[in-house]
Amino acid sequence: MKTRNFKRVYVWELPVRIFHWLNALSITVLAVTGFIIADPPAILSNAEASEIYWFGTVRFIHFTAAYIFFLNMILRFYWSFVGNQFSSWRSFWPFNKKMWHNIKHVLKIDILLQNEKDPNLKDISVGHNSVAAISYVVLFVLAIIQIFTGFGLYADMSGWWLPKLFSWVVPFLGGDFATRMIHHASTWIFILFTLIHVYLVFYHDWLEGRGEVSSMFGGYKFVRAERLEQDKVDADAESAENDK
Amino acid sequence: MATKKQVKETYYESIIGQGYSRRDFMKFATYIAAYMGLETSMIGQVAKSLETTYRLPVIWEHYQECTCCSESFIRSNHPIVADIILDKISLDYTLTLMAASGHQAEAAKKATMDKYKGEYILCVEGSVPLGDNGNYCCIAGKTAKQHLLEVAEGAKAIIAWGSCASNGCVQAASPNPTEATPIHKIIKNKPIIRVPGCPPIGEVMAGIIVHVVTFGRLPELDRLGRPKAFYSKRVHDSCYRRPYYDAGLFAETFDDQNAKEGYCLYKVGCKGPMTYNSCGTIKWNNGVSFPIQSGHGCIGCSEDNFWDNGPFYERLTNLPGFGIESTADTVGKVAAGVLAGGLAAHAIAASISKRKELLNRTARGKENEQKLDS
Repeated sequence: MKTRNFKRVYVWELPVRIFHWLNALSITVLAVTGFIIADPPAILSNAEASEIYWFGTVRFIHFTAAYIFFLNMILRFYWSFVGNQFSSWRSFWPFNKKMWHNIKHVLKIDILLQNEKDPNLKDISVGHNSVAAISYVVLFVLAIIQIFTGFGLYADMSGWWLPKLFSWVVPFLGGDFATRMIHHASTWIFILFTLIHVYLVFYHDWLEGRGEVSSMFGGYKFVRAERLEQDKVDADAESAENDK
Repeated sequence: MATKKQVKETYYESIIGQGYSRRDFMKFATYIAAYMGLETSMIGQVAKSLETTYRLPVIWEHYQECTCCSESFIRSNHPIVADIILDKISLDYTLTLMAASGHQAEAAKKATMDKYKGEYILCVEGSVPLGDNGNYCCIAGKTAKQHLLEVAEGAKAIIAWGSCASNGCVQAASPNPTEATPIHKIIKNKPIIRVPGCPPIGEVMAGIIVHVVTFGRLPELDRLGRPKAFYSKRVHDSCYRRPYYDAGLFAETFDDQNAKEGYCLYKVGCKGPMTYNSCGTIKWNNGVSFPIQSGHGCIGCSEDNFWDNGPFYERLTNLPGFGIESTADTVGKVAAGVLAGGLAAHAIAASISKRKELLNRTARGKENEQKLDS
């Protein structure tokens, strides 16, 4: 049996990886503290209120994590204009022929689990696949909803201009009740997203063995050597040889 | 009924004529300046304006309402406002308190509307039913909508008293059988001050009237048309039980020890954290108390749609369209459970369907393992 050659490709640059883990961390913290704020546990205590501040601390953590989440999202938005091809905004844009083709392929092979007679290597995505790209666009929209409703609810308690920029959100949505409802319900969509996201990452790593999971730590994925432009690779190797 | 003499009086003359002393008048000016959030140096201006300004003609309309706004108003901290507004000004027209009735009353209203076109202030208490041609609320043979359109035409400004006129209140609760509609959705071309609350605080009502008189213009309004002086803070942010909230000390039920200790009512459904009003600072009944001080959570009566926003005594996030008992958390938990099951099923299906591919890959991997140069 002929075994295959894989090349290591740098897919996720450092800022993308930092974004990913900061994002995961802040979403986790925000969801946990958010649910505590929505329904705090009962604590029976004889202490005076002046001696305790744990609920205030939970809210402080929530607000701090919100700022990190927000600024981190801005960093990622910026990087989509200066980063490599896998982090570019173009890789999230689903409206071209290549992307549509890839969406169909992913739905057929990975979601509906069909098998192809002669698979085309080019169908295997190096960065995220097109369906994943759509899920990240949804996540980005969701993040915007959370940022606007969250800072909208927060604006009133702040004296800083940044949260104040969002003070129109609450009147726009008709009041705190509606704003809070959207803010709370959207959290669940983050949770559903996370379930699917983590499962599919494991699925791809398990099935394809190209380092899907570890790519978000080291940044590398493995790509079949046939995918690379062989001529160019050889030429580069030759010139490297000459440089020695 | 309005006579020329009465309307040509200044506020001060009316107040003195009503039997109040100069001292009472100054006390009132001080009170109301404080409620309006003015500096003490402005008290003079308030007093001066009331002395020199001729009384504004006011028409006070009652549509779908319970008159709790009027009740609240006449019980405000200092009776002068209610006296001058309701005993004198509103003589022009107010169903509940005017002496005239029937055709006489309607004639008085017509006279004011014609004589002071573009000058009078229109106060509206109650929502306007639009369903079934507005037949659910008719006065003097005309529907509330007809009355409103007529009387708003010549008004300088409109004050929408209470949640009915501002948001629709209880009668606009789902399914809103009479199509009860707040004023700002009917009248678009006039400045409207929305003063939500069921009822609004009497001092707030008085403060708004005095503001219009003192400064000759409407108070500063927020994006929902509410006066900023009274509606810019949540009840929660001015609540005296707030330290218990920050300390995480909550009453679990209304009869537990925590409730007796006066802990925060957040977990028994207090809507203070989502409600903009002055209850925590101005309070009710001459500053005696307010709902939370009396041990009952805020129900959010000054917020849009408060009646349909979940139970009063539980802290839940209701999701519209998912039935009455469905909260966002229930829906979320079910969705997460179904999804987790689906993913598990997918994993099993994948290991069957992709078996051949997987075995080939494993075989190649094992082969390379054998070839390792160890």
